[in-house]
Amino acid sequence: MPVPIAYIDGIGLLGPGLTGWRDSLPLLAGQQPYLSQATVLPSPALLPVAERRRSVAIAKLTLATGLEATTAACLNPATLPCVYTSSGGDGQNCHEICQTLASEDRQISPTRFHNSVHNAAAGYWSIATGAMTPISVLCAYDASFGAGLLEALTRVMVDDAITLLIACDSPYPEPLHLARPLADNFSIALVLSPVASAHSLAKISIGLTSDTAHTLDDPALEQLRLNIPSARSLPLLCALAQGKNGRVVLDYFDHLRIAVDITRC
Amino acid sequence: MQRYRGIVDNTAYHQRTLPGKIVLKPLLLSHFTATSCIGRGLDQTLDALRHGRSGLAPCTFETVELITFIGVVEGLDDVCIPPHLAAFDCRNNRLAQIAFTQDNFAIAVHDAAEKYGHQRIGVFIGTSTSGILETELAYRRRDPVTGTLPGDFHYSTQHNTFSVADFTRQYFGLTGPAVAVSSACSSSAKVFSSARRMMAAGLIDAAVVGGVDTLCLTTLYGFNSLGLTATQACRPYDTTRDGISIGEAGAFALLEHAPEQLDDHAVLLLGVGESSDAYHMSSPHPEGLGARMAMQAALDMAGLVPQDIDYINLHGTATPSNDAAEGKAIAALFGAMTPCSSTKGATGHTLGAAGGVEAIICALALQNDLLPAGLNTRQLDPAIPLNYLLANRTQAITRVMSNSFGFGGTNCSLIFGRAK
Repeated sequence: MPVPIAYIDGIGLLGPGLTGWRDSLPLLAGQQPYLSQATVLPSPALLPVAERRRSVAIAKLTLATGLEATTAACLNPATLPCVYTSSGGDGQNCHEICQTLASEDRQISPTRFHNSVHNAAAGYWSIATGAMTPISVLCAYDASFGAGLLEALTRVMVDDAITLLIACDSPYPEPLHLARPLADNFSIALVLSPVASAHSLAKISIGLTSDTAHTLDDPALEQLRLNIPSARSLPLLCALAQGKNGRVVLDYFDHLRIAVDITRC
Repeated sequence: MQRYRGIVDNTAYHQRTLPGKIVLKPLLLSHFTATSCIGRGLDQTLDALRHGRSGLAPCTFETVELITFIGVVEGLDDVCIPPHLAAFDCRNNRLAQIAFTQDNFAIAVHDAAEKYGHQRIGVFIGTSTSGILETELAYRRRDPVTGTLPGDFHYSTQHNTFSVADFTRQYFGLTGPAVAVSSACSSSAKVFSSARRMMAAGLIDAAVVGGVDTLCLTTLYGFNSLGLTATQACRPYDTTRDGISIGEAGAFALLEHAPEQLDDHAVLLLGVGESSDAYHMSSPHPEGLGARMAMQAALDMAGLVPQDIDYINLHGTATPSNDAAEGKAIAALFGAMTPCSSTKGATGHTLGAAGGVEAIICALALQNDLLPAGLNTRQLDPAIPLNYLLANRTQAITRVMSNSFGFGGTNCSLIFGRAK
C-alpha cells in the first residue's frame, strides 16, 4: 500500500509572537529567542471594507494564513480544495449566543447565528477567494490538527489534488475559558501538492504510529504547543525551519500519533 | 468570480502524468440504521415512509416559546450512558446511543473490529451543534458571584463538536482515526467523502460514518431570527412554503470495501460530489450553481449520467430560497422527469444529521422499491418544474441521489446504488 505523501509548497502562520512564516523562521530554527506576545490579527484585505470591520478573529486568522500559504506557492486560492480544521470554532460568538439564550430576551442576532456554525470561517474563506471547490470542515478536539493533516494528505493522494490545509483556533472568553483554556489565537496553513514544484520546501510522507509525540526544546514554544491544538503542528514547522531531513512525531490521540518523514527539496 | 491578482504558477501540477479519471470503487454499506421522530431503527422508519407518517408536532421543547413545529425523538430522558462514559452524558450522545442499539448496528461494529482490528476502523460523524444544549443550560446556572459554570458541565465530552465522534469511538472501543465533520447541514453527507478517501488511502479498512444532531435553543432561536422557521409542519416545494421544521436524529452506516459477491439487496456508495457556493453565509447561490456542481461531481465520480438516476432525495428544506435554488439546479442538470422528493416533511430538518438520515432513507428506498412521497405539500410551486412526488410510488430502482447543502455555502451530493 503506498504511503500518503505531499510536497509542501507554501506555509502560512500566525500565533502568539509569530507573525507570518517567513518572519518566524529564525525563531522556529532556534536562531533567535522566541518571545510569546499576543497574536496580532491583520485586517483581512480580501474582504470588502464593511465586512472587514465586522470580521471576527477566527475569520481574520483563516484568511491571513490561507492567503500567506497560497501566495508563497504562487497559486490562485480559488482553484484549491481546502481542509479546514478547528478545535472549537468562534469562541467569542459562542459565548455571546449562550449568554443571550440564558437571558430574559432570547432573540439572538441572525449574524451571530450564521457565524455560530463550525464552518463559518471556511465559508468566509470561500466567499472572499471565490473558491467553489470542496472544503472539508473538521473538529477533533485536541487532535484537530492531526485530523486535518490526515484528511488533507488523503485529498492529495486519493484525489490527486493540490490541497490547502488551514488549522485555526480562537479562545473562549470567561466563563467558557475556564472550562477550555485556549491561550490565544493561532493558525497554520499548508499548501500540499502531489507533485514537486519550484516552490516546494519539502516532501513529507505520513503514517500512524504509537510512538510518543515530539516535544520542543524551547520551553515557551513547548508551552504554546501544549496550549493550543493547532500549535501541535510546531514540531513539523520547527523541523522545516531548521531545514533538516528527518522524522517528527506529531500529537494526535492518546495512543495514536502521526509520524511525518521530511525530505528537503 | 476571480479575485486573486497574484502570479499563478501551476506548471508542475498541470504537466504531471494524470492517473486517469477518478471513478469511485464502490463501497458497501454493510450495516446501517436511523432514528428520528418517525421511528427508532429501520422497521419503524420504513413503516412511517410507507404510510406517509410525519413525526412533526407543535414545539413544546424545553422552555422554548416559538410558534413552530419540531421533530422530537421521544424517550431521550430514559437513556443510560455506560458508567465509564458518564462524562459524555448529554442529549446528543444519548440519541447516538439509541441509534447504536437499533438494527444490531453495535454488534456489526464489534464484529468488524474483531475482523479488521480496532485501529483499522475510522470514525466520521457529522454534527452541527453537538452537545451545545448542555452549555446553554449551564449558562443559566452560572455562579451568581463569580460567573463560573457549574461543576457538572464537561466541555470536552458534552459541548465540543468532537464529543459525539469521541463518544462513538469510545463506545465501540475503536482506536483508529476519528473526526467530527461539521459543515452545518451537509455534515453527515460529507462524512462519506472523508471516509472513502481514508479507506482508499489504505489508512483504514472500514469506517463508522453517520450524523447526530439534537434539539437545542441555538438552532431554534437562530433559525427563527433569520425568519426561516415554519409556523406549521414544513412544506417543501409548496407554493406557500414558509421555512423549516427543525428535527433531531441519529443515523449510522458501516462502510466496507465491496466484496466480489454481493446480495442483490446490498447497497453501495457509488459517488460523492462536493462544492462550495462562495456566495453568502446563510443564503444559497440563487441559481443553485454550487448545488449543480456537487451533483455533477457525484455523477462524474460514479461514472454515471443524469438519466441513470431513478430518484433524488432533495435537500428540500422548505425555505423559499433553498427550494428555488435547488429546483433550478436539478432542472438544469436532470430536466423535469426524474422523480424526486424531500423527506423533511416527515423527519423535519435534522441539520447535521440530515445527510446521514437521508442516506439511510435512500438505502431503504433501494431495498424496498419505494420512492417516498414528500409530505405536507399541498400545492407544488409552479415556478419549479420538477417531478416532485406527492404520493408514494412503488417501482424497482437501482440508483438514487441524496442532496445536502448548508450554511457557509457547503454542498454535498451522494449517489447510492443496489448491487443488482
